[in-house]
Amino acid sequence: MRVTRTVGTALRALRRNVTRAVLTAVGIIIGVAAVIAMMEIGNGSSTQIQKTIASMGANNLLVQPGAASSGGVSYGGSSVMTLTPEDCEAMLKECPAVRSAAPVVRVRTQVIYGNRNWVPMYIYGTTPAFLDVRDWTDLDSGECFTDRDVRNASKVCVLGTTIERELFQGESAVGKEIRVQNVALKVVGVLSRKGANTMGFDQDDVVLAPWTTIKSRVSGSSAQTANQSAANAGAAAGGTTVNSLNQLYPGALPLYPVPSATQQADSPMPVRFTNVDQITLAAVSGPAMPQAIAQVSQLLRDRHRLRPGVADDFNVRDMTEMSKALSSTTDVMTQLLLVVALISLVVGGVGIMNIMLVSVTERTREIGLRMAVGARARDILRQFLVEAVVLCVAGGTLGIALGIGSSWVVSVLLHWPTESSPGAVVAAFAVSATVGIVFGWYPAWKASRLDPIEALRYE
Amino acid sequence: MALLELKDVSKTYRTGDLDLPVLKGVTCRIEQGDLVALMGASGSGKTTLMNILGCLDRPTRGEYWFEGQEVSRLSNDGRAHLRNSKIGFVFQSFNLLARTNALDNVRMPLAYAPHEVGEREGRERATKLLERVGLGDRLDHVPSRLSGGQQQRVAIARALVNQPSLLLADEPTGNLDSHTSAEVLRMFQELNRTDGLTVLLVTHDPEVARVARRTIRIKDGAIADDGRSEAVIAAAHA
Repeated sequence: MRVTRTVGTALRALRRNVTRAVLTAVGIIIGVAAVIAMMEIGNGSSTQIQKTIASMGANNLLVQPGAASSGGVSYGGSSVMTLTPEDCEAMLKECPAVRSAAPVVRVRTQVIYGNRNWVPMYIYGTTPAFLDVRDWTDLDSGECFTDRDVRNASKVCVLGTTIERELFQGESAVGKEIRVQNVALKVVGVLSRKGANTMGFDQDDVVLAPWTTIKSRVSGSSAQTANQSAANAGAAAGGTTVNSLNQLYPGALPLYPVPSATQQADSPMPVRFTNVDQITLAAVSGPAMPQAIAQVSQLLRDRHRLRPGVADDFNVRDMTEMSKALSSTTDVMTQLLLVVALISLVVGGVGIMNIMLVSVTERTREIGLRMAVGARARDILRQFLVEAVVLCVAGGTLGIALGIGSSWVVSVLLHWPTESSPGAVVAAFAVSATVGIVFGWYPAWKASRLDPIEALRYE
Repeated sequence: MALLELKDVSKTYRTGDLDLPVLKGVTCRIEQGDLVALMGASGSGKTTLMNILGCLDRPTRGEYWFEGQEVSRLSNDGRAHLRNSKIGFVFQSFNLLARTNALDNVRMPLAYAPHEVGEREGRERATKLLERVGLGDRLDHVPSRLSGGQQQRVAIARALVNQPSLLLADEPTGNLDSHTSAEVLRMFQELNRTDGLTVLLVTHDPEVARVARRTIRIKDGAIADDGRSEAVIAAAHA
């Protein structure tokens, strides 16, 4: 009740000189509007920059099998097969910091179309989620294969632009069939151009197919990381069995890889049906990377039944270089905006203080009168303080509207990316009220210190 | 019963090293329901005495009792409270809030009342007082649209809104022509007679002092003369 009355008094006092009140508030209006517009535009471009960097793979993680060693001789990374597609599904389900994950099976072999051939840098057997992980979901033409294709080991594939150029020479590849290891894969889509990665490798030199297709139809085992004993066993088995499906399943793949003696000794696990060469996954955001690494590591240790003290049978790698670039870009952006925001609000606040001081001088007689009829020093202080705060909050509200409006205009006319930022709205509101209190304090205090006798006689 | 009582009140202003005594031991009583004129030439200490009586200022020495309360010992807030609830001020230059209508001007002191007065009650009280001073049809007029006499009547209504025990008028007719002066003075007399309100008129104009029942003359910081004015005595006898 008291507060509403004080606010009412403040509003009446401000209404007595509308022009001046509005002009005073303009400082705050512009300040807050600038903050809001800057935040929205800045957020938009920051998100854009983050997206760009993220599409380079900044929030990607790579899980690879660990190293095997025998008699002190290490076979290097990925020399044992420990990852399964189920690991990949489990990561998606159980790690909240993981946005999407895709298993990858690699081969390196020749692809043929008509009278042309090419050996792509990457032939990846994977799932449609791979494109989501790599932020590569926009295709030039056609569309990606589906999860159903993965389940069915359908003979389909998606090409990078380099392959399309090399094999098709300007023709459209979609709908045509290419041959990989004598298996015909129908091209269902062509990826958009991604260019070279940070190491300079051409990322468009790629063929993507369902991993089941690569695994079971194209290559008996992973080309580069073949587990020799298993492959030999498979070959031997293939040699003695008559199989009319030999052409469809080259390499006479056994239904599941027979674990080697070392593998069995290291991790006595039930027979696994199939392995993948690596799992790529994307964290929900750049800052969530460490969480994602921790969650994935813990999950894989659990799933692989590794006792405490036993070394990991896998490696998790992140793109540290790029994630650093990502976070520093965002930090600089945010700090820059904060500084601009502070400066404009301080300027607005000084304007408020100036006008409030003039107002106190001008209304000296009024203050004297109010004191004579019983206003205490703190009543006067409160009245002027509330006036300043009302002015600032009203200005802040208008400023928020103006800021949102101008960022909208900018996004419509200039096509800059903008992004609304409710945090900035709340902060701008709080800051403008604080500016009112801070810069209204001195004039209000000055008013409350007036001597009523002097004030009443003031001309 | 004495409404207020001054006991040997002195006020000395310090200007640099120099002590400037303005009041030199004033002692007087003002009874409840009296109509008193406080007269004196400028520089006589009249204004200083009025400021002390109005609880705006504190005496340097001496005691000031208001309704059995020693005012000179009160804190600033205590005196603000006393001014709000016990004293109504009327000024020479009206001191109305510009661009604020008559009703809001009259209601203004209610905002500082220690016991909160409801919105509707405040409105009713202010309306009644404005009707009483003859401005019932001008509640929403701003001061610039009122004549001097009307403005002073709004000021009187404002002084009465907290039902004070003392009405302190500082040269209330100083800015008015003789006709409206007479009107305003009649209003003071009427308030004094019908409501038993104690009225203290501070003036240098003998015409104004004539309406008072008692006239106190200040000269050089002391009471020079204190007596019932002949006109009133004559009127009382008549």
